[in-house]
Amino acid sequence: MTLPPAADRAATGVPAQPVQRLRSRHLLGVADLTPAEVLLILDTAEAMREVGTRTIKKVPALRGKTVVNLFFEPSTRTRTSFEIAEKRLSADTLSVAASSSSVAKGETLVDTARNIEAMAPDMIVLRHQSSGACQMLAGVCSSRIINAGDGMHEHPTQALLDVLTIREHKPALASLKVAIVGDLLHSRVLRSNVALLGMLGADVWVCGPTTMIPPGVSRFGVTATSSVDAAVEGADVVMLLRIQLERMRGHFFPSRREYFRLFGMSAERLARAKPDVIIMHPGPLNRGVEIASDVADGPYSVILEQVSNGVAVRMAVLYLLAGLEEGGA
Amino acid sequence: MAVVMEAALIDRALMRISHEILERNRGLEELALVGIRTRGVPIAQRIAGNLFEIVRHRVPSGTLDITLYRDDLMRHPVGPQPVLRRTEIPFSIDERRILLVDDVLFTGRTIRAALDALVDFGRPLAIQLVVLVDRGHRELPIKADYVGKNLPTSIRESVQVRLAETDGFDEVSIREPASEDRS
Repeated sequence: MTLPPAADRAATGVPAQPVQRLRSRHLLGVADLTPAEVLLILDTAEAMREVGTRTIKKVPALRGKTVVNLFFEPSTRTRTSFEIAEKRLSADTLSVAASSSSVAKGETLVDTARNIEAMAPDMIVLRHQSSGACQMLAGVCSSRIINAGDGMHEHPTQALLDVLTIREHKPALASLKVAIVGDLLHSRVLRSNVALLGMLGADVWVCGPTTMIPPGVSRFGVTATSSVDAAVEGADVVMLLRIQLERMRGHFFPSRREYFRLFGMSAERLARAKPDVIIMHPGPLNRGVEIASDVADGPYSVILEQVSNGVAVRMAVLYLLAGLEEGGA
Repeated sequence: MAVVMEAALIDRALMRISHEILERNRGLEELALVGIRTRGVPIAQRIAGNLFEIVRHRVPSGTLDITLYRDDLMRHPVGPQPVLRRTEIPFSIDERRILLVDDVLFTGRTIRAALDALVDFGRPLAIQLVVLVDRGHRELPIKADYVGKNLPTSIRESVQVRLAETDGFDEVSIREPASEDRS
């Protein structure tokens, strides 16, 4: 097996010795991954992308594997993305939405999971409103668990698809300034991205209203500011986070219009960034709140590329976890 | 370890195969090469170079990674699964004669996977198999159309092909006892 040229790898700033497999049989968060494992996932995802360009968008790699998508929170993008990824790999999939399941009758997460597990699936993709739900499930289930977002904790496949998208446009990750602007407090996308971008050596700035900057965030090696101009100044990547009204307990800013005036990404504000800046957003968009419509649809936006890359990253994760032998760590 | 082919011999074998390809196929327009990763790819490119030298016609050449079509993906008791690399077939394979190229023909399982992969890309007129070395011990009913060298081996031996493009030098060697290298 030959490896890509060393120069390609050095460009990411990670002197990691390439690996051929993941250590853990679950993907609970990016914090558990090593830089070499991240590169393995990204490289595999790049190869997976080609499958989506074929007339027959299907390969037999996961034939006979059963994957259950267990979603306790509403989701369009992530669930669709996982389902498409599973189908492209020929896995048998089914999706359970909490609103239409026994959860609505009062069953606990562990009981739901144990019952599903009694039907012997190979993997469970879990989205849950509680931070740490995936970790808990991994402790009681023998299936492989993939975290599709747990509360305010992590959303690893989102961060991986973000980094894949950034790497496509700017291969030298270690020399990039990445500004993440928005609802920092409630965002699992932020936590996963800070961990991942930090691991790859990027200069990460996080920005939001003072009320929404998580205390102690600078411990993770990021620069926190409530000045959006300072954050965007000279940035290579501007990533916007959705204002998560559904998670807010209390008031963090006076009004949406006020938020847009102070933090929303407009074309004028963006002029401070590098001329070849890329604009990212994990979706769903609140147009006119965290991002102006002309920026979301403008030439710097890679928002829809992120969505396409999501399928490739999820195929990579499913494939790599499925390939690990039974009884692994 | 015994060296069974050196650079000059490999060159000559590939040139002979190139002539055989021309002999057996009329209609150069219909031909296309697809190399199986890893070492089928440079072999396919060398054959494309030979064909151009002989008839001044460029036969398109693609790259196939068969990892997602393997029948042993979940069966490795130990050892890593193969790392997935990109498949690049920048032409339609419909109505073409595909020359499928690999370095070593052994059990035939790689070729089985490659055939499954190819038919997902379209419906070629025909698929012909080119290998640098046929070492025997087939487990499937598969036979090569063009062979650089027939190499009788014991099942325990391993055959290693090295090429300048991937390894820095050209050489085919045979080694005992076999590692788990069953390509």
